[in-house]
Amino acid sequence: MPEASADIIRPDGAEKHFGAVSMDIIRLDGAEKHFGAVRALAGVDFSVRAGECVGLVGHNGAGKSTLMHMVAGTLTPDGGQIAVRGGVEASYSVPRAQQLGIRCVFQELSLCPNLSVAENTRINHASLHGFGWRRKAADLIAAKLDEIFPGHSISASDIVGDLSITSRQMVEVARAFTVTQEPLELVILDEPTSSLDAQTAGQLLAFVRRFIAAGKSCILISHVLGEVLGNADRIVVMRDGKVVAAGQADQFDRDRLVTAMGGAEAREKAAAEIASGKPGPGPLRVRARPPRQQDGNELVARAGEIIGLAGLAGHGQTDLLLAIFAAASRAKTGIEVTAPVALVAGDRQSDGIFPQWSIAENIGIRSLARLRNGLLISPQREAELAELWQRKIGIRTPDMNNNIFSLSGGNQQKALFARALGSDAKIVLMDDPMRGVDIGTKLEVYDLVREEARHGRTFLWYTTETEELDNCDHIYVFKNGRIVANLRRDELTEEKIIQSSFGDAA
Amino acid sequence: MLRSLLPALSLALVLIAIAWLNPRAISYFGFSLMLNLAIPIALATIAQMFVIAGNELDLSIGTFVGFVGCVTATWLKDAPLLGVVILLGSIGVYALLGALIHLRNLPSIVVTLGMSFVWQGLAILILPKPGGKAPDWLLALMAFKPPFIPFPIIAALLIAAVVHFGLMRTSYGVILRGSGGNSAALKRAGWSLLRTKIALFALTGLFGVLSGMALIGITTSADANIGNGYTLLSIAGVILGGGEFVGGRVSPIGAVIGALTLALAASPLLTFMHIPPDWQVAANGAILIIVLAARVLISRRER
Amino acid sequence: MASLRTLLARPWIWSFFGALLVWLATIAFTGGYGGGGMITAALSLAVFTVIVGVGQMFVITLGPGNVDLSLPANIGLASAVAMKVMDGNDAMIAVGLLAALACGMAIGAVNYLLIWALRIPPIIATLSASFVIQSVDISYGRGLQIKPPPGFADFTNWQVFGIPVLAILTVLFTIGAGIVLQRMIYGRSVLAIGQNIRAAWLAGVSVGRTRFLTYMLSGALGGLDGALLAGYFRGANVDIGNEYLLASIAVVVIGGTSVAGGKANVPGVWGAALFLVLLLTMLNTFGVSVGVRLVLTGLIIVGVITAAGGQKALR
Repeated sequence: MPEASADIIRPDGAEKHFGAVSMDIIRLDGAEKHFGAVRALAGVDFSVRAGECVGLVGHNGAGKSTLMHMVAGTLTPDGGQIAVRGGVEASYSVPRAQQLGIRCVFQELSLCPNLSVAENTRINHASLHGFGWRRKAADLIAAKLDEIFPGHSISASDIVGDLSITSRQMVEVARAFTVTQEPLELVILDEPTSSLDAQTAGQLLAFVRRFIAAGKSCILISHVLGEVLGNADRIVVMRDGKVVAAGQADQFDRDRLVTAMGGAEAREKAAAEIASGKPGPGPLRVRARPPRQQDGNELVARAGEIIGLAGLAGHGQTDLLLAIFAAASRAKTGIEVTAPVALVAGDRQSDGIFPQWSIAENIGIRSLARLRNGLLISPQREAELAELWQRKIGIRTPDMNNNIFSLSGGNQQKALFARALGSDAKIVLMDDPMRGVDIGTKLEVYDLVREEARHGRTFLWYTTETEELDNCDHIYVFKNGRIVANLRRDELTEEKIIQSSFGDAA
Repeated sequence: MLRSLLPALSLALVLIAIAWLNPRAISYFGFSLMLNLAIPIALATIAQMFVIAGNELDLSIGTFVGFVGCVTATWLKDAPLLGVVILLGSIGVYALLGALIHLRNLPSIVVTLGMSFVWQGLAILILPKPGGKAPDWLLALMAFKPPFIPFPIIAALLIAAVVHFGLMRTSYGVILRGSGGNSAALKRAGWSLLRTKIALFALTGLFGVLSGMALIGITTSADANIGNGYTLLSIAGVILGGGEFVGGRVSPIGAVIGALTLALAASPLLTFMHIPPDWQVAANGAILIIVLAARVLISRRER
Repeated sequence: MASLRTLLARPWIWSFFGALLVWLATIAFTGGYGGGGMITAALSLAVFTVIVGVGQMFVITLGPGNVDLSLPANIGLASAVAMKVMDGNDAMIAVGLLAALACGMAIGAVNYLLIWALRIPPIIATLSASFVIQSVDISYGRGLQIKPPPGFADFTNWQVFGIPVLAILTVLFTIGAGIVLQRMIYGRSVLAIGQNIRAAWLAGVSVGRTRFLTYMLSGALGGLDGALLAGYFRGANVDIGNEYLLASIAVVVIGGTSVAGGKANVPGVWGAALFLVLLLTMLNTFGVSVGVRLVLTGLIIVGVITAAGGQKALR
């Protein structure tokens, strides 16, 4: 299959003048990479031409990030070669990539939280030094932010740690496009919109199209397939460390992409509708009013309900979930919680994972009291719990006693779901848990959530992806820390949500 | 905003307490006396601040200050060239420690804990009994009496300004602080983490040397145990100054203010309050607690 | 072969290896004379470091910035309290031990109160507290000349076949500490908090209670240690705990516990304590001066940690 990929790309009229080889900004031939026994990349051919946006899709663990680290010079391939503009690079490295104008926006944020926006810009530009560098750095990043995200409210002197995660991602993206001495030819965007709301994501993608039109190149990685289909010129699909399909973007549609990625079949919304025939609402589980709410609106959740929290990113949804979580152990005014609560974190690294522990220990931590045999925790019961959920949620690992980091990102997220669902909690809070998770995992988890709700569990589900709201019985739209709309599923349309998120009144 | 003013408010609090207990202390002579040891404490605090900026901790700074003191009171006076070479060499040792900690990925707490024994041992070997004498030029410098403003205050302002400019304003200072904030990002941008760690440790060594020399300039003679209290004082100074143990969040101005607060709180305040010698240490701890409690109250009101 | 490799991969094995090496070097120097007595003496002395080391280990495992600097002052005060309550009377031994434990626990509670109420780093809170405790001790223990009850002094020095009974009890205690750490909710909570305090809270761990219990535990062990030291050295003393500040931290970290938190190592505390005590014995046997002894101790600590290598960075 990998050999076939190169053939699909046929030079069009414009290229004939230069010849295909010299048009390649970067070309990897037979790139291989091993991490211990794991083969992350098995001989991948990949190239990007000038004036082209390449979309790269695949499940978590398919090898996309490894491939991009090679393009950026942060990883050295174990086999194969890298050529830039036709010339083979013997010792390709980060400084060399920078010199050649190749930049990268990685999935994990690479800003220093203790520094200002301007100082973070300085880190990526060795030439910003000497007298007046602070002014220069501030002007540089402010101009780029204005260009990409008009109407943003970020100041160059803001400390990054004080910014919202959305603003941080905006800074990170804008920084990658700033130019001083070194040229700018190719920018790798790895999930650049994962923390952006619809409006800023749209601004960014529009900017990327302008950037491409100016003859520059871009690699776009996204789990939002619509973004890739709508903005890439060419799409490369990866699976299990190989390229399994590649071609012009117009040769693909959503279904073809999903099939090529090897995920579960794309399903129709109808699946969600099955739940509509379920019995009436059960007893009250949560009643909560955001602290900044002035009118009588409040969030109400009953047993067996899946409640969606929608709206633009960072408008108080997470805060309310955390307040409900805190209220479960200590009484809080304005919030009523009648059953045990568990939370599924969206930001796995900072809110969920215990890096030193095995998968089984990571799952068991929420249920320790039930795993006891007398005073001591029973290793056997802990293993049983882990195995039960490995089967139920499909965690792909040979041994649940392996370290949690032996799992791919999507499977780590499944372990966090297992922690919450395997506990005695009757109320499960989900803090945008599908951020950057592949579609196969998503569909599996959606089914599980619906099933658990049928058995009487209550879910409060904050999500930035409108499609996910189809799984909810009831949706609250948030704006500026307040509930501004309250929709039943049959009233739900994307327009309605956007309208309430942006409008002044519900 | 108020958060960054907290160190200054702590200092003001202690000053008000002193003024209330003994108004005459608020004078040129009073400050010269009360801030007697402020310069070496401020320098040691700045030294500690550099390693903390890189997410490390130096538990050996106190005994290092003592070692420098012993070298200053002996070789630097009797054989100045040799003394200078030894002091420069000790800064080199700090740089090597930074390299070792980075290359072998060692916990700095343990390495510097070990080094605290080494410096103490060396100090005892140099000066088995208290003694020695500071070089005359150093004595003259530390006894300097400028008009209107006492020397310790001028020195503190100078130290704060120089370090603030170097760490907070220069383009390489950004890289040094960034290494504490997100070292992976820095590495990805092509900076050498080995070099930043060496630079931070060498700066700690440099300011440790300055602290030891300043201390001997004031006390005139040395003792192997003279700096032992400085390890904990310097850490407390950085924290009082608004610094944090991880994440590269430090402030040179805050650190100097924290050091001044500690220097003031240490002895003069207690003498004014007629506290018996048994309870002087307790009063030190109590003042530290009161200052920190005031800080909490202020930051709560802020919210 | 494979089991040897897994054994060598355990960080605590190095501290025992170091202790063995130091012991061999010493008996090589003395020509094999006094090897057994040296082990007995090392065990008796290591006990005191191990007891506070275990307390310090739980505290350090809570994560970056967590350390109990009040241990020396705590030990000093508790030794005085124990001696005063026992008052040289064999019948009062149990009451005296309880009083020392209570004194240590009260100090632990105050430490945590400061950390919690003032939201200050534990390193500063325990330091401030230790200043106050030190003064209380100076004032309370001034001129205290009370000897321990003979029964208590004998107990702390009691040996069976050259093995100190206190060491045997301490081994049992450390085994218990290991079980608490791995198999009880409290221990798991400590480990979880040390790895990621926010994730621990969100996973339902009662963070406040766990931290409170940990500082109480450290305080209690400091108090117990103070009483035992006073029994062993036949009298209380303000400075009796001074060397245990650095020693308690050193044995924890040389023993393979991560200073980044979330990873503790109980056997390593024993290995490191024996190593440090034997090292001191070796240098005394060699007859070196105080200065040389300190320099060598420091260099060996740095050398051991360099040879054992650091832990892989996690974040």
